[in-house]
Amino acid sequence: MRFGFVLGEIGHGLRRNVSMVISVILVTFISLTFVGTASLLQLQIGQMKNYWYDRAQVAVYLCTDVSPSDACPQGEASTDLKTAVEDKLKSSLLQPYIKHFYFEDHQQAYAKFEQQFAGNSVAKYVSPTQLNETFWVSLKDANKSQIITESFSGMAGVEEVKDQRTYLDQIFSILNAASLAAIGIAALMLVSAVLLISTTIRLSAFSRRREIGIMRLVGASNFYIQLPFILEGVVAATIGSALAAAAVLSVVQFFVQGYLATRLPFTSFVNLSDAFLVAPALVVAGILLSAIASGFAIRRYLRI
Amino acid sequence: MIRIESVTKQYKGSSRPALNNVSLEIEKGDFVFLVGASGSGKSSLMRLMLREDIPTSGSVHVLGENLVGIPSRRIPYFRRKLGVVFQDFRLLPSKTVAQNVAFSLEVIGKSQAFIQEAVPDVLAMVGLEGKADRLPSELSGGEQQRVALARAIVNKPAVLLADEPTGNLDPATSEGIMALLERINLAGTTVVMATHDRGIVDRLQKRVVEMREGEIFRDQRSAGYIKTQTDSHPVKSWNLSIGESWSLGGDE
Repeated sequence: MRFGFVLGEIGHGLRRNVSMVISVILVTFISLTFVGTASLLQLQIGQMKNYWYDRAQVAVYLCTDVSPSDACPQGEASTDLKTAVEDKLKSSLLQPYIKHFYFEDHQQAYAKFEQQFAGNSVAKYVSPTQLNETFWVSLKDANKSQIITESFSGMAGVEEVKDQRTYLDQIFSILNAASLAAIGIAALMLVSAVLLISTTIRLSAFSRRREIGIMRLVGASNFYIQLPFILEGVVAATIGSALAAAAVLSVVQFFVQGYLATRLPFTSFVNLSDAFLVAPALVVAGILLSAIASGFAIRRYLRI
Repeated sequence: MIRIESVTKQYKGSSRPALNNVSLEIEKGDFVFLVGASGSGKSSLMRLMLREDIPTSGSVHVLGENLVGIPSRRIPYFRRKLGVVFQDFRLLPSKTVAQNVAFSLEVIGKSQAFIQEAVPDVLAMVGLEGKADRLPSELSGGEQQRVALARAIVNKPAVLLADEPTGNLDPATSEGIMALLERINLAGTTVVMATHDRGIVDRLQKRVVEMREGEIFRDQRSAGYIKTQTDSHPVKSWNLSIGESWSLGGDE
């Protein structure tokens, strides 16, 4: 195997098809950037889930005078009923699951409501007694909210038990849909990248059919004939995937950490160490993909 | 050396087989002319010997290899033991004479040291010393065919297949090529040459295998190119091609 000869052949092929090589580079660049962004978005969703699920509480809303009568036939929950709920939360049955809980009365709920809807005219029409008194329960394991729900639903004086995670799940499903869309686009572009690579390789082989014919006649091995073509595709795709890796790294460094993280300080975002996991995977994926695509193309084109 | 046994080759979409139950044996050191009209099966036979194609039925053995059953990864190694030249030379126009010959050694992985020694030797043998750095376009047809011959024999093959090597050359230039082929043959290489050139066949008086409509019509030692009625058409076209070669020869 003469290394210099193979390198020379690759350079020759790349120069001959400059425009096709550039399009291969661009398509792999863009498609792998999509793949990288989508996987970072997945990582981000995972991180946010960890962060927010930990903080999500289960709310045990107590009855008010304006509660629907099928849940609260007796109207406003009496002090006895409140004590019953509190006792149940403190009971040895539920204690192992509960980190801590606190009680929010009408006034506190109203203060929170006013704060949330400051400047909104709706605040004027709401009186403290219309807002539920609530036991806010933080769980040791956010996945076990079912236990609280089952224990308190239907209990006298309890209007509703609500796990805050159900609100979060909506947000996460939107984010999930976005990352799935990105992956879908990436998959389409990867298909076109593969097709483009095989077309480029065929073109390259066609423009060198004389050399190939002579190589076959004098008994060059298939590997030797095919290697420059396969490497040609690999070189182009490697450049493209390196660009994609760089793009993903800079998106994380300059957009996520430099912009988002400074404006939304209470959210944990993906950082460079996550991006450094994704970037090499992109390069490896690009190399594998192009090697398979060009190997397949040249094998079909160059029968013995 | 070469043994072809009851070979039939039927191409898809043609009613008559290109080769019909052909058997042929060629010994080491033989010099064989393969003659016959266009479409008589000469080229099909050459293609089988090169393992460019496999027969529909029958067996082809060349240099101890069964070419029907040979696994495809062994084909390149088989072809290294063979030399081939064609009517159209098949040189790389962007490479010099020496690079063209060296290319065939590079792609089979020979060392640079070997190439540097072998290429000038073989160029001297075919009479191209001093032209190593010329491009094919700067050479005459005869010289280009000498480059192709140098490339074919640089690896010292046991068999040389020549498909109308003088087809594009004028008679005087053809003489030189034939002298070279005879020298190669005398050095022990088996030569199989497909040709339409009656003058050459008649003068050399070697073994002649004549093909007609896919069958061996005649296989004779020390024979000439016997012209018969059915050959009249290809001979006419042969005259035409010689006429073109003459005008090419005028440029030399």
